[in-house]
Amino acid sequence: MCTVCGCGSAPDWAAATEADAAVEAEAAAANPHVHAHGPDHAHDGEHDHSHGHAHPHAHDHHHDHRHPHAHTHGHTHGHAHAAQPAAGETLDYSEAPAGLPDAKGGAGRLIRLERDLLEANNRLAAANRGVFKHRNIFALNLVSSPGSGKTTLLVKTILDLRVARPLAVIEGDQQTSMDAERIRATGVRAVQINTGAMCHLDARMIGDAYQRLSPADNSVLFIENVGNLVCPAGFDLGEAHKVVLLSVTEGEEKPLKYPAMFYAADLLLLTKVDLLAHVAFDVERCLTYARQVNPGIDAICVSATRGDGLAEWYQWLERRHAWFALRTVPATLPGV
Amino acid sequence: MHELSLCESLLGVLSSEARARHFTRIKVVRLELGAFSCVAPDALDFCFTVVTRGTLAENARLDVVRLKGQAWCLNCGETVGIAERYAPCPQCGTYELQISGGDEMRVTELEVE
Repeated sequence: MCTVCGCGSAPDWAAATEADAAVEAEAAAANPHVHAHGPDHAHDGEHDHSHGHAHPHAHDHHHDHRHPHAHTHGHTHGHAHAAQPAAGETLDYSEAPAGLPDAKGGAGRLIRLERDLLEANNRLAAANRGVFKHRNIFALNLVSSPGSGKTTLLVKTILDLRVARPLAVIEGDQQTSMDAERIRATGVRAVQINTGAMCHLDARMIGDAYQRLSPADNSVLFIENVGNLVCPAGFDLGEAHKVVLLSVTEGEEKPLKYPAMFYAADLLLLTKVDLLAHVAFDVERCLTYARQVNPGIDAICVSATRGDGLAEWYQWLERRHAWFALRTVPATLPGV
Repeated sequence: MHELSLCESLLGVLSSEARARHFTRIKVVRLELGAFSCVAPDALDFCFTVVTRGTLAENARLDVVRLKGQAWCLNCGETVGIAERYAPCPQCGTYELQISGGDEMRVTELEVE
């Protein structure tokens, strides 16, 4: 079950409890003006948002009201926060919508807040990231559509690298432990996560799998996500990098069709290049599309069966792990 | 794709706000959704109705504010609006863009009682 959203079964709100406690504490501070930010929510995405409550919201949006309703408060978003009693708070009755009683009058009231829908997942991902950093565990989140060759490349990589460095694997699939069994056959430890109805791994699953796996310090931790080019893009697991795989038997226009994933990834592995002679796949065009979406993306053409590009892939791993080790330790380390 | 998941996550946010701020019924939920957030508003609306049945947000209206995509163009040195992640800078035509807006998925306002 998805522990962020509980998809597939009843929602699980335990993850939000910590933030809620903080919100409640704030609310109890006898000040009617409360900003509902959870304590350390890690926004994923690029938006800047200042909590100092200037909020001049200059975005030019159009309103997509899905129901007929008369609301005349016009959303000017130039909120006159100067009139409000204290900073860092969001209760604002100045724009009570038409048709609703004013808050002072009784029934209805308007609450301003800013809470990310993915906040529970992002908080757990930040905790994972802190633990991984503390122990120099270099986690890679491998994402792709089904059948692009993730497990095959992983098995080959493990066989080539297992002597040189500690490795561990978390396998995510909707059903079966077939992939984990393929990994375990190499002698490397693997934990299988079955997501059931879910289309992606989330940060809590990774936290649990990490406990089960307890990889050695300085390991490379490969996380093979559920085969899906859409949903895993939005769910941070605490990894150092997302690595997207695309096989030459798929279309070269995939980066444009699924831009969120190619934008989120730091490396594109173009797999099965030994089949290029048999398929109409324009490598250059594909890489152009990928860089159109993400100018900073690295790209390596590989074949796990013939060996093309593997040395380059291993060099990328080694170099990025070295950089990861040098990165500044987060200011607050979770208990480890 | 995962609108049901997101609605359940949204219900979690609403429940925690209800506990913190002592309200028992939600009439309107306002959400900001960025152009790149991979969320289909129609699907979200449908899932919201299903997920909130029998909860404090039953029959609440979901108002979705769509935020346009924005990016910082390294070439122009300014923020530009873009319609797609793969779109070029409308000013200089290059792809040297860092997305700075359009990923948003957040609750911004509640009308409650």
